[in-house]
Amino acid sequence: MFERRLHCHIDWLLIAALLVLCAIGAGMIYSTTYDPTAGTVGPQLSTQFYALLFGVVAFAVCLTIDYRVLADHSLLIYGGMLALLVSVLLFGDVMGGARRWLSLGPANLQPSEFAKLALALLLATYFAENRRGTVERADLGMVALFTVIPFVLIAEEPDLGTAVGLLSVALGVTYLAGLRLRWLAVLATVAMLLAPVAWTYALEDYQRSRLSTFLDPARDARGAGYQQIQARITVGSGGLAGKGFLQGTQGQFNFLPVAHNDFIFSVLAEEQGFLGVIVALGLYLFVIVRGLDTARLAKDRLGAYLIVGVMASFAFQVVYNVTMSAGLAPVKGLTLPLMSYGGSSLIATLAGFGLVVNVRMRRFTN
Amino acid sequence: MIGDDRRGLAVRLAVLQGGVVAGLITLAIGFWFLQVAQYNKFRELADNNHQRSLALRAPRGVLFDRDGEVLVENRYAFDISLVREQTGNLSRSIALLAEITGTDESGLWQVIDEHLDEPAYRPVVVIREATVAQVAAVAARRFELPGIVIEEVPTRYYRTGTLAAHLFGYVGEVTPDQLSGSEFIGVGSGAIVGQTGVERAYNRMLMGADGTRRVVVNSVGRELDTLEEIDPVEGRRLQLTLDYDLQAAAEEAFEVTGFNGAAVILEPNTGEVLAMASMPAYDPNDFALGIDQATWRRLNGDAGKPLHNRALQGRYSPGSIFKIVVAVAALEEGIADPDFSVQCHGAKTFYGRPYHCHLRGGHGRLAMEAALERSCNVYFYTLGSMLDIDVLSTWARRLGLGGRTGIDLPHELEGIVPSTRWKLATTGEPWYPGETISVAIGQGALSVTPLSQAVMMATVANGGVRPIPHVLRAIDDGDGWEPMQTPPGAVVDLQPETIETLHRGLWRVVNARGTGGRARINGFDVAGKTGTTQVISLSGRAQAEGTTELDLRDHGWFTFFAPSEGTPEIAGAVLAEHSEHGYLAAPIARHVMETYLAKKEGRPLPRFPRPTPPPVLTETAPAPAPVATAPEGGAAPATTPGEGG
Repeated sequence: MFERRLHCHIDWLLIAALLVLCAIGAGMIYSTTYDPTAGTVGPQLSTQFYALLFGVVAFAVCLTIDYRVLADHSLLIYGGMLALLVSVLLFGDVMGGARRWLSLGPANLQPSEFAKLALALLLATYFAENRRGTVERADLGMVALFTVIPFVLIAEEPDLGTAVGLLSVALGVTYLAGLRLRWLAVLATVAMLLAPVAWTYALEDYQRSRLSTFLDPARDARGAGYQQIQARITVGSGGLAGKGFLQGTQGQFNFLPVAHNDFIFSVLAEEQGFLGVIVALGLYLFVIVRGLDTARLAKDRLGAYLIVGVMASFAFQVVYNVTMSAGLAPVKGLTLPLMSYGGSSLIATLAGFGLVVNVRMRRFTN
Repeated sequence: MIGDDRRGLAVRLAVLQGGVVAGLITLAIGFWFLQVAQYNKFRELADNNHQRSLALRAPRGVLFDRDGEVLVENRYAFDISLVREQTGNLSRSIALLAEITGTDESGLWQVIDEHLDEPAYRPVVVIREATVAQVAAVAARRFELPGIVIEEVPTRYYRTGTLAAHLFGYVGEVTPDQLSGSEFIGVGSGAIVGQTGVERAYNRMLMGADGTRRVVVNSVGRELDTLEEIDPVEGRRLQLTLDYDLQAAAEEAFEVTGFNGAAVILEPNTGEVLAMASMPAYDPNDFALGIDQATWRRLNGDAGKPLHNRALQGRYSPGSIFKIVVAVAALEEGIADPDFSVQCHGAKTFYGRPYHCHLRGGHGRLAMEAALERSCNVYFYTLGSMLDIDVLSTWARRLGLGGRTGIDLPHELEGIVPSTRWKLATTGEPWYPGETISVAIGQGALSVTPLSQAVMMATVANGGVRPIPHVLRAIDDGDGWEPMQTPPGAVVDLQPETIETLHRGLWRVVNARGTGGRARINGFDVAGKTGTTQVISLSGRAQAEGTTELDLRDHGWFTFFAPSEGTPEIAGAVLAEHSEHGYLAAPIARHVMETYLAKKEGRPLPRFPRPTPPPVLTETAPAPAPVATAPEGGAAPATTPGEGG
């Protein structure tokens, strides 16, 4: 299955960029979980290290199996994913008020992270088999159906951030498949019309308060607005060159909550300054542009759609998390892929890039 | 078809790539604005987050008496403070704090509310001088009480309790009004400053300089590291002119006799205040920790007005003591010489009106010394009829009555000595010559403080230099004691003959047939003068019939100096409220002088004799203290009460 000549076409540059981002992330996890009084690092770093090992395995697996074979089983994979999401709701562990995790002995699995990949694969397969090359109303109906089911299941956990990530997958793949601008306009209009309805009925109180305090963080400086204010202070006080590794006061003294997770980029900005930010953003830009290049090079539409599906949620998360980390977007539990602490996210992201490299590697095969 | 498809795909991918590039560049620009353009603002915010400046309160300067006895010092107390910014849930923290310390929750809120306009990161002291139990309770639950800190602070400690309370004054947190005034420039909000007495007068020296400790704290306020520590500088140590033993003697005498009143004892040549008592007193320690509402209400509501410093702020009619001024004016103005004599029949008519002597039968023929000795009203009416009120008023001021003495203590009130201009200005009426007759025996619109009476006696004692009374003797500026310069007194320029007459006459008051016999000390030539001052005029007394007897009894004065021959060593004035007569104030003065002598001669200090039986009613209810006790109006009085035998 893994033909020898294939590895000439493995995208080592992309892999290197991914590993550098993981390393930067590990460094920031070290910094944010370091306890200066005890001189020790939190358990998160080693957890992240094991996750990285699993991620490399997942990457290798996704790389090895021809994506067309995967596509043949996309419905099955999708179905299996839905089953996992349902079982999360039934048997999942509750942490921080949300039921997102399945306990697997020593580790926890967050199936919603993998749902994006399953959806990308299913939608890519759907549009690849659809020979019309355009997106019709019926196609939109199918996309909506495929997307809404996992969306509702994930939103129910609740994990609105990841659920919205599914929308970016659907939108990315559908756009590439030929979504007309007219439809885009209609979708935008519907979204705007639905917003007040969603505000009233679909959002939880805490989500509403997060959104409203985003507009005026000082209104609730100790509550929901706190993270946003502190994030901006964290980033702004970093300056051009940063305060130095382990020298950030905001992250080190816990003024910024969940710094090793959702706000890891803020800590990077604080300790490494604007220059560190530019390096990290540059790496992310490289990874995304390189990934989309791969879509252009793909041998078939299936490969291109699959890559865009994977990259859409990745790019969405990067842009949203970085914006949020500077206090410029409402606080939402979205991790920064590759850098934030979180095993499932890291494994799923690397698996996704396994698919990307998979497509690129097989661009000359039949 | 495939080609078209490819092209369409490529265009759409390019749009996506372009979108991502644009998005990330926009983000980079956003970070540039935050991190580079607004760096200073955010850096400051971050520093405020994790750095705290804690004030290290400087101990106030220690106060010593003239013998080097420590009178006022500091001890360490625990304050429990709250940093609003760090208490996650303020109401929960307050409720828990109130519960575990057994304090009133609404009281804590009140303190918080008073400081609401200050920055949230500044600690607010919510419990001053916490008990050991409270400190332990808070320390044990400190993880549930983020932002609650325990600070050890130096607190003023008045070793002697109520002794010399009015002289020392008390301290308290600077008020918003004081902060906006000029007196406390440079003092920060929440600082403890002197509010009255020496504490207030020399506040700047006593305060010292608070230190600071800049610490690094984490998000729950736990201190992680100290960045910088500036030690507090203790306030200057001050030596007062006060003599602890004389002060204690004066207060003991007041306590035993049960009178309210005031005593001021001076070193007559320099004006050094050896003792200054005002009774009843309060305990300044009650204020050192922030006075509680109940104590404050009690002190203010007390009919005896314990917060009132009678020595500087009590204004009383001088009564017969004013005859000293009349004698000086008559001798110096050449109106009478010491041999000038008057026949006293018990009354004499001036301006068509009879004026009575206290001795109905009359004193017979008297010259000036005898007139002073016997305090003959008719003699001094006669001098008064020969004197112009403005001349008399000028002499009263020269001797220290009227105006302020200039003592280095705050809140001194001016005495009042009437003159034609004063009467026109205050009542719009001209002065009637008849009024001068009653002023000549110390009645009428005269009111003076015990301090100014003491200054007058010192002036008479030292032969004509009016000293400026003062309480500060030396300052320890860090390199040893720096004595204070004696403020130069005003030279009154009295003729030796005047002084001799006064000294002899006043000696006879105590040592011959006068009214001051109770101040007599064997082997010590005490000169003095008693005075009785009406609390209410006789006509008013009739109206006030039915109110308690105690309220209406006259005040007694005794002013003195000693020795009357040679250099005087001690002078003073004692006012005993409602003692009915000056001769009952004299034993208080005698006890102070006996203490002075015993100390000087190295003998054991005397104790004030316990009353057997008490000379006055021993009612325990404190009498109200009228501030100004001059009989109303300066118009010609119909009756002329004065000195009793």
